[in-house]
Amino acid sequence: MKQPRRSTGRTALPYLLLLPALAVELLIHLVPMVTGIVMSFKQLTQFYIRDWSTAPWSGLANYRMAVDFHAPVGQALLNSFWVTCTFTLLSVGLSWLIGTTAAIMTQDTFRGRGLLRAAFLLPYALPVFAAVITWSFMFQRDTGLVNHVLHDQLHLVKDKPFWLIGDNSFWALLTVSVWKSWPFAFLTLTAGLQNIPRELYEAAAIDGAGIRQQIRRITLPSLRPVNQVLLLVLFLWTFNDFNTPFVLFGKAAPKAADLISIHIYQSSFVTWNFGAGSAMSVLLLLFLLLVTSVYLFATTRRRGADD
Amino acid sequence: MINPPASFRWLRRAVLLLLLVFTLTPVAVMLSSSLKPLQDVQGPWRWVPSHLTLRPYVDIWSTVPLARYFTNSLIVAGSATALSVLIAILAGYAVSRYRFRGRRLFTVTVLSTQMFPGILFLLPLFLIFVNIGNSTGVALYGSRGGLILTYLTFSLPFSIWMLVGYFDSIPRDLDEAAAVDGCGPVRTLLRIVVPAAIPGIVAVAVYAFMTAWGEVLFASVMTNDETRTLAVGLQGYATQTDVYWNQVMAASLVVSIPVVAGFLLLQRYLVAGLTAGAVK
Repeated sequence: MKQPRRSTGRTALPYLLLLPALAVELLIHLVPMVTGIVMSFKQLTQFYIRDWSTAPWSGLANYRMAVDFHAPVGQALLNSFWVTCTFTLLSVGLSWLIGTTAAIMTQDTFRGRGLLRAAFLLPYALPVFAAVITWSFMFQRDTGLVNHVLHDQLHLVKDKPFWLIGDNSFWALLTVSVWKSWPFAFLTLTAGLQNIPRELYEAAAIDGAGIRQQIRRITLPSLRPVNQVLLLVLFLWTFNDFNTPFVLFGKAAPKAADLISIHIYQSSFVTWNFGAGSAMSVLLLLFLLLVTSVYLFATTRRRGADD
Repeated sequence: MINPPASFRWLRRAVLLLLLVFTLTPVAVMLSSSLKPLQDVQGPWRWVPSHLTLRPYVDIWSTVPLARYFTNSLIVAGSATALSVLIAILAGYAVSRYRFRGRRLFTVTVLSTQMFPGILFLLPLFLIFVNIGNSTGVALYGSRGGLILTYLTFSLPFSIWMLVGYFDSIPRDLDEAAAVDGCGPVRTLLRIVVPAAIPGIVAVAVYAFMTAWGEVLFASVMTNDETRTLAVGLQGYATQTDVYWNQVMAASLVVSIPVVAGFLLLQRYLVAGLTAGAVK
């Protein structure tokens, strides 16, 4: 698109090269997606798992059940949705803030910067399950590090609180999520900062701009295109996160930390009602599509207006 | 930044130190607890083991079949990575070097699958795998093959995207020179483009391996006792009554070493790849 491409008479070749990618994408993503949409209109309970095509059609019954907010199923879904929204906003916001701060503060060279960067990237490099299982050990009520520090060493709390059940589980989940996500923001923003020419800062310094102005007038505006992609990616990852709550809490997440992915998983595999689970997944997909399009529309237009 | 004042330098030290503590605490917990005898992790938390022991590192292999999980994870993540990189190179080359109908549709579709929640595919894929098994006898559900197939698509969109960016940055003059010398498109790809794109390819491979190694959701549904990977197997150290936390920590450390070592060795390429592909 940027350069003129070699147009070719051998039209079959590019398609041949794409064939393997197309085949696996079709098999693993597109066909299941269509299947999922079909499933959401079926009464797909455990009796039909072996041959799902024989399951009777149920029209919109699954959807009606999912959004009936007066009944237990709908109420639980709504609760899970709000928990996920709050959790995502806080986690993405904090991860972005910490990532930006750290990236700006490691922009200048100093002794040990390479080591520090490597250490900051560790949470991103560690396998999710190993890292989160460590956090679940730290959050244990009687044997964990968190309560030891808060209660025994700092005397901040009177009784040792539970972290992995009850309302506190939300904060435990948020802590782990931020710990795990901010290094990615840091990595991306560090890469973005390398594209800012040093002359810009030099020119600004000559004009008498202090550190605060350099950051506000040069660094942050230059990072805007990176941030556009970064915030969207962080949002989608965090909103869909399954691994963190699943390893932290096990199959049943506490109500205060019942993220949408784990909620759907549980509703599907505990009751084996795949029809209802699919309907919830489709609703989730529609919501994500809506948010993504609005976001892309708004940010792209604003960028256009600024340029 | 130019001439940061002393106050900024002090603030910087404080903030970076705080972040370092936040980042490294779990790693310290892992390391110290993996060297503790069992009674140390059953009482209140202590930073230093009452006496150092390597027992947890011995016991982890017999409490659960860790070696089997390890082998499964290596096979699954290794194969998924190799296939994903190969497929991404072919597709990336096509998108970067050719104009064809549906080119834009392809890139948009592939990239948008990245945003879909895994849970959306899980249920249908589970059913499709079970039904394929019933009708053709090809066991995808519960097998490593099914997991490999699934994992390779997780890293594929990002890999293709990154490689297109990388291939675009390789001058087309090189291709044309090769064509003049009589190289066909495939030879050109192998001889000219792939060698020039090695950093990008390494970055993509690291990413694909990390993605497959750490995945939990599909591993928890699509595997059985024989094919279980580490992501699920590590939960086996918890019994009905007790959790062998010192062994859990030792096992976590052992299973992290391959990815962390690979990542730290190759992070330079990953950052370069991100800079070329994503940030451009």
